Amino acid sequence: MDLLLQRYRNVAVLLAVIVAQLMLLAYQVKSNGEVRLIRIWAVSAVTPLARAIEAGRSSSAHFISDYFVLLDVREENKRMKTDLDRVQMENQYLRTELSTADRAKSLAIFQQTSPSKTIAAHVIGNTTGMGAKVVIVDRGTASGVEKGMAVITPDGIVGKVTSSFPTASYVLLVTDQTFAAGVISQKSRVRGTLKGQGNSTVIVDYVQNEEKLEPGEWFYTSGDDRIFPKGLPVGHATVVRPGKSRKEIFVAPSGMRNGLEEVLIVVDGVHTEIPEAPLASQPVHMQDPPAAETSTDAAPAQTGPQATDADRLLDRYRRIGAVEGRTYGEGGGGGPNFNITLPADPPPGAEKTESSSTNEKAKEQRPGQQPKPSSQPAPAGTAR
Amino acid sequence: MGDLHSGLREDFIGSPSKIGVYRYHSATIAAVALAAILFQVYVPRFLAQLSYLELPLLITVYFSLMRRSPMAGVAYGSLIGLAQDSLSHNPLGMFGIVKTLVGYFAASASLRFNVENHGIRLVISLFFCFFHQFLYWVLSRALLGEELDLNIATTIVVSVLNALVAVPLFRVLDKLKVPV
Repeated sequence: MDLLLQRYRNVAVLLAVIVAQLMLLAYQVKSNGEVRLIRIWAVSAVTPLARAIEAGRSSSAHFISDYFVLLDVREENKRMKTDLDRVQMENQYLRTELSTADRAKSLAIFQQTSPSKTIAAHVIGNTTGMGAKVVIVDRGTASGVEKGMAVITPDGIVGKVTSSFPTASYVLLVTDQTFAAGVISQKSRVRGTLKGQGNSTVIVDYVQNEEKLEPGEWFYTSGDDRIFPKGLPVGHATVVRPGKSRKEIFVAPSGMRNGLEEVLIVVDGVHTEIPEAPLASQPVHMQDPPAAETSTDAAPAQTGPQATDADRLLDRYRRIGAVEGRTYGEGGGGGPNFNITLPADPPPGAEKTESSSTNEKAKEQRPGQQPKPSSQPAPAGTAR
Repeated sequence: MGDLHSGLREDFIGSPSKIGVYRYHSATIAAVALAAILFQVYVPRFLAQLSYLELPLLITVYFSLMRRSPMAGVAYGSLIGLAQDSLSHNPLGMFGIVKTLVGYFAASASLRFNVENHGIRLVISLFFCFFHQFLYWVLSRALLGEELDLNIATTIVVSVLNALVAVPLFRVLDKLKVPV
């Protein structure tokens, strides 16, 4: 007997360890739960290290980024000395664009405007496993995050929370093979199931060959899965072709196209309607501006409610030039005073009259003289 | 001719008299295993291509090969696998079972081959990477009912890449061993 045990000791140990792990697996599958204590210990032990690494990486990246931004500013200052007026206008415009493009701000803007209640989270790591499409975010049950919550960015859906721990949560990305969500197309209202592929593209399954769908059509969440609120953008179809029994639809997910650093976890989702118009980020055809009625050197800036910040800024600078009797580009006489108080904005439809009267006033007024203070504040400029 | 044959045999298969058993400090094994798991947690976040590198598996294979004890292989495999499970989204035991089997078979293979030969290491690593992927796929379908796709071509490429990383990695880890 001893000889038998000695001979099969290795196999016996192997079997014992395998059986023990199989029982652990069976318990988890049967109870549909997790061995939370072990996971909480593991995640809690790793999270502080992850935060420290992420903080170190982030500050290094910001330092390098700030350095190059400063270099750009220095170059820009040189250009401003040579062509102050033009660059100031460009600078203001670029600042507006930069601030709009800033990911954190756009996230905050989206958070404020979205009807759903969301909390922002940082991605601090990946889970283990070869090619795993699951990330760890730095918000957990302490922040109100629960398993099954949707995770999004302003560009679209990102994934869903699969496990939540006190300080961190696991987010299963839309690209994971086990991910699924209900979606609906924008134009033809075709319903299907979004599925991950384990790579950068996802597919929409269970769409019959008879359904009409074109490449480029956008998909939105349908709300059928009880995880994602209805109306969140998912992505646009890149390939649509008939399959054996169902259509083969490949979709480029929009939620992760700008990288995945900050995300929003939907703690209280609100269903919204599928928008009829294309998304704002899609390229939009713009008609050429109409020809100027009078022969002026520059086209008049667009005003009114449809005007952009750049249009309003250009208009303000023109009015400053008119008040000071200055012709931009000629140089001499020092730079214009951009801080003077301008007369009140003209009412819509009366720009031409106001502009001409302002010009007349400017002719009477000497350069450098301050105009009469207005009772109304100056236009807001570039504030967004 | 007979000498040449026995020489080749010793190079690739190894003679029992020349088989070396190596020991490692427990702290060394724990630190290397932890580093491999943390590598999988953080590095793919910045270099997505490296997510296909299965360092915990390579560490399991290495220590099992060098320790030349099936029981030690089972212990290394189960512990590293369960630690990896605790930081994955899968139920605990998936990586545990797969790596336990890998550790056991790697240690068993080490009794028959000269595992200090780089060619043998490459082939063994290649085999166990593919075996690991295949077994994980089988268990996912059989035990969890997940309908994962197994792309054979991709799996082979990933296994080859892991095997190519394994050879220099094992060379580095060789410096940590303590001869008995």
